[in-house]
Amino acid sequence: MSVRTFKGRVVVKGSVSAEALVSKGGFNTLASYQHSLMFGDKTGKCSDQNNADLYKKPMAGKALCMPQTIGSTTGGLVLYTAACMSRQPSCLLFSKEIDSLAAAGAILADVWTGNSMPTVDGLGDEFLEYVQTGDKITVKEDGTVEVER
Amino acid sequence: MELTKRQQDILDGKEGDVKAKVMKTLIMYGETFGSEKMVDITGEYGHLVTSFGLSVMKPVYDLMDTLIDGGAVSSQKFSVDPRPLEDCVPKNLIQNIFFKVMYSKQKDYDAQLKKLGIMADDAYTCTCYMDEVGNTPKEGDILSWAESSAVVYANSVLGARCNRNSGILDLFGSIVGCVPYFGLLTDDGRKADWLIEVRTSKKPEAQLLGSAIGMKVMEKVPYVIGLDKYFKSLDDDAKAYFKDFGAATASNGAVGLFHIENLTPEAVRQGRSLLRENYKTFIIDDSVLEETERNYPIIWKDKNAKPKLAFIGCPHLSYAQLDAWCDKIETSLKANGLKKVSIPTVMTAAPAVMEKFKAGEKGRKLLSYGVVLSHICPLMYMNNPQCASMPVITCSNKLRTYTSARYYKEDDLLTMITGGAK
Repeated sequence: MSVRTFKGRVVVKGSVSAEALVSKGGFNTLASYQHSLMFGDKTGKCSDQNNADLYKKPMAGKALCMPQTIGSTTGGLVLYTAACMSRQPSCLLFSKEIDSLAAAGAILADVWTGNSMPTVDGLGDEFLEYVQTGDKITVKEDGTVEVER
Repeated sequence: MELTKRQQDILDGKEGDVKAKVMKTLIMYGETFGSEKMVDITGEYGHLVTSFGLSVMKPVYDLMDTLIDGGAVSSQKFSVDPRPLEDCVPKNLIQNIFFKVMYSKQKDYDAQLKKLGIMADDAYTCTCYMDEVGNTPKEGDILSWAESSAVVYANSVLGARCNRNSGILDLFGSIVGCVPYFGLLTDDGRKADWLIEVRTSKKPEAQLLGSAIGMKVMEKVPYVIGLDKYFKSLDDDAKAYFKDFGAATASNGAVGLFHIENLTPEAVRQGRSLLRENYKTFIIDDSVLEETERNYPIIWKDKNAKPKLAFIGCPHLSYAQLDAWCDKIETSLKANGLKKVSIPTVMTAAPAVMEKFKAGEKGRKLLSYGVVLSHICPLMYMNNPQCASMPVITCSNKLRTYTSARYYKEDDLLTMITGGAK
């Protein structure tokens, strides 16, 4: 077993442990959550056909690791809705600086719902190159992210 | 963040607890991006991305009720994205039942939008900036808009200033009348990170080119050269092209602003001085576009199925585009000895654009060819699982990205709907 530690900037504070789910490319929030929100899939199975890393994998409760989010400006409200329905990822981890849509979703969930998603950005390209789906992730309040496998 | 007295008063709850929470959300949002101040919105109207009364989006409608009950309505009128349904669009009995269940909140949500400040009963379109709709920002206007294709158009083609705001935050800005100052609102944020050289053998398909660029640059600002030879000026044809191009950059990437050399306002004035010092270069030739198209997944169960429906108009078509499609369909039908389209075809445009077009000769012609002229959002239509399982074709890369619709270039789609489909 090995543990590697990465340090990022805290966007939404919190601590959590969860299994990693990794998107090497941009995470299209609407395309990913569209089906699970509409058709009652509580596991939040990813419906983005363009994302080979995540397609058909459950997202609810996972430590979602990605460079940033892309696509429709419904992105933030989709994350907010997922949080209201308890289908949100347990945390959002970004290798790059967070984008405006993901930031909106994380902040809306934090301010307006009881289901906050700890969010850390700026973890670096090395983080995304290293982390693999299935790794155990621990996020600490100061933005430290431990990856264990 | 430094706030004005009015902004501080709102944050302190002097205009109610709900507005205070709205302001707190916007401040947190701004501070995430290093914003040090909030600036007043100067655009006359807002634009919201959330237009659909989807039954499962109850949390959003509950939030809208909280805003209305807390007196936190919009300080400016706004337009909103297209409605999901219209009677004229083809659907079978089972699809119709699904639609009724899926969008059962539409009337309630329409009523909420009225209370919150929608600018007109027909202000439902993703192309609110069309002259016929009347929500056309001026250059330099500060906006609180969402809808990725509208934001990128407003920034790039009109020279307005707007971040890629999320749904809900678009309305929040309009409620308190200000937005955090960062990103595409600043001069520095509008500098280009990428030089894109277009070296194709002919004018590239707008949505294919935008798709290739969006996937490459992600959220960065591209400065595109090599397209100006195809356009004399930023006329209606060019605007329609860049509407479709921008929508693809924003749906396959996260582009909020692009510059087109010698055409878009800031590129005309500032030229290549818009490029950052260490910009990267990406060359696009025919092979790049071919590869982009080849990589689009086809998720039909039967990849050889005969198409049952075609959608043209995501984002909504301009009047000039409707006009041009009418000519192309007429010519192609005549060449094939047909009087009507051979695949049910739906063209979509803003209600005001479509009403004007339908009243003219070409509108009547298109209807006589069997084309359905509608103002729905094709994406909302395709969200119906009974529609998603149907072989639907489109020349919209945006629609392809979010649904099971299969992409074809405009000329190929034209051939298919006018009798050339095998």
